[in-house]
Amino acid sequence: MPADDSTTDTNATTGRAGLVGLAAEPGVAKPDPILVAHGITRQFGGLKAVDVDHVEVQRGVITALIGPNGAGKTTFFNLLTGFDAADSGDRSFNGRSLKRVSASKVARLGMVRTFQLTKVLSKLTVMENMRLGATGQRGEQIWAAPLRFLWADQEREVTERAMELLKRFKLDAKADDLAGSLSGGQRKLLEMARSLMVGPELVMLDEPMAGVNPALKQSLLGHVKSLRESGMSVLFVEHDMDMVRDISDWVIVMAQGQVIAEGPPESVMGDQRVIDAYLGAHHDTDITELDLDALAAEAEAETLSNRGDSA
Amino acid sequence: MPDFISIPFHDGLSPIAISYVLAAMGLNIHFGYTGLLNFGQAAFAAVGGYALAVSIVSFDVPFIPALLLGLLGAVILSLIMGIPTLRLRADYLAIVTIAVAEILRLVVTTSYKDYFHARDGVSGFTETFRSWSPYRSMDGNFLTFSPGDLWVMTVGWTMVVLLSLLTYLLVRSPWGRVLKSIREDEDAVRSLGKNVYSYKLQALILGGMIGAIGGFVGALGLASVQPDTFTTDFTFIAFTMLILGGAGRVLAPVVGAVAFWALLSLLAVLLGELSDLSWMPDSLLDNTRIGNLRFAAVGIALMLLMIYRPQGIFGDKKEIAIDAR
Ligand SMILES: Nc1ncnc2c1ncn2[C@@H]1O[C@H](COP(=O)(O)OP(=O)(O)O)[C@@H](O)[C@H]1O
Ligand SMILES: [Mg+2]
Repeated sequence: MPADDSTTDTNATTGRAGLVGLAAEPGVAKPDPILVAHGITRQFGGLKAVDVDHVEVQRGVITALIGPNGAGKTTFFNLLTGFDAADSGDRSFNGRSLKRVSASKVARLGMVRTFQLTKVLSKLTVMENMRLGATGQRGEQIWAAPLRFLWADQEREVTERAMELLKRFKLDAKADDLAGSLSGGQRKLLEMARSLMVGPELVMLDEPMAGVNPALKQSLLGHVKSLRESGMSVLFVEHDMDMVRDISDWVIVMAQGQVIAEGPPESVMGDQRVIDAYLGAHHDTDITELDLDALAAEAEAETLSNRGDSA
Repeated sequence: MPDFISIPFHDGLSPIAISYVLAAMGLNIHFGYTGLLNFGQAAFAAVGGYALAVSIVSFDVPFIPALLLGLLGAVILSLIMGIPTLRLRADYLAIVTIAVAEILRLVVTTSYKDYFHARDGVSGFTETFRSWSPYRSMDGNFLTFSPGDLWVMTVGWTMVVLLSLLTYLLVRSPWGRVLKSIREDEDAVRSLGKNVYSYKLQALILGGMIGAIGGFVGALGLASVQPDTFTTDFTFIAFTMLILGGAGRVLAPVVGAVAFWALLSLLAVLLGELSDLSWMPDSLLDNTRIGNLRFAAVGIALMLLMIYRPQGIFGDKKEIAIDAR
């Protein structure tokens, strides 16, 4: 694995500071990684959907995972979070190996994901969706469940916490509506808010912006940034290059199952390998956008980093 | 009282109806709340009934411990059915439950005849239970029910009330919230850190134990247990009752089962009277045909219900509408 040897474990630097001066090479070691994946492969029939040599995710920053459709990003997410089993390789979270750890245990350890196709529970109310996210609930144990007095206090605390989050995500007015009545964008918001109920250290968002209208997009951007400000790490898959450039501190690029490039957004978007990967994939919606974006990025590399924090 | 009131009333409240109410209540936990397809509820009732009967008759186990053995049997059966299948897709449980139920029925029909007595079934286990009856000195019937039936019904309906209350408390708790979420999307639940497998197993065990209690009541009501009670019909009729009432509602199995039995027996009475009419030729309607016809009529009634009220008697139309999105 290629590594920039100017940093070592002993003088680890957390957050964005730790990314300064790192070599923009696939698999580069981070000074304070929260998640490390090594040698991960997953084969579907004749197709090697994921074949990642080595990748590290820095703690306390927003990392974007980009790549053309079919690059293997969602599959990689599934492998990292235990929703699918890799053919080989291992990953560790906070230094703890996740080999043979179930998806639910991974979430309890603090690595919580959302889904590309939103999974809100549409027959439950928005509030019930939120409450479900809280961990360590006594009332979720069958012996305590019929005895309300054993869990009523905890339920009240959970509800309060949920209500605060719903307010932040502007869903508080919908708290008692069935989640199935929400719009696509609101479902994305709810799923993200619900994942925060678990109390994660690393939030993994699979295309949080897909199908979200522009007005909501701005506030979603703000929410993702606020996760970083409150000390969480974020890894997200996204096609919207504006968003990637706007909020990410580091970008990892996948194509055909492999990590082909990584680095700060400005440098990655001008990388010839990345442009080739997108163009080579005959991907219709994002090519033009990326192409222009890439050119623009080269020109005005750093001027875009402080766009307004909204809501 | 005219027959077309008294007979459906009798059948709708009888011990047999109670055993179906309880079987459907178990299925409500499985299917209604957790989305588990258990097509072998007959096996749980059989394990309850046979464990009670055989342990008393063949092994002189006292009544209460015999009941506990029946419940333990239901737990073991749940583990056998659930452990290999509950990590897999929903259809695997369906296949395994129906297979286990049929195997179990064939075993009691053909093997260990010293204990199970094949088609004759096991009887002679109700003495202790009857000795506790407060109606023993009663003369004649009360509202068409014999003193023996009345005692089984008192205990049976009390169980129905208590278990409905337990279900009500459970499904309104955070535990019930997890079950309902699993029913809708288990990956979402997993992503929030819940051990889905464990919850499914808990639901399977609880619903299975309620099914076994149904087996107890059925056995005490008939004063015998026979393999032919526990065919797949048993399970499917219980499912029908549950869906008639509206799966995922606490009182659905009670209302569904009572309504189903009452309707079935009402049709028997009406068809019977029809066949007695002097102008009705036997070739069109006789006693053997009535048995089949009434099931056909119930089938038509259910089809109409599913068309015009797919959520069942108690169901929530809003939920169904969301499903269709
Ligand atoms: N369960 C599966 N079975 C077979 N092929 C799959 C499966 N999941 C994903 N793939 C294939 O793996 C490749 C990567 O898919 P995916 O991870 O969804 O890409 P991305 O999220 O980057 O768009 C695609 O070619 C896809 O068709
Ligand atoms: Mg994807």
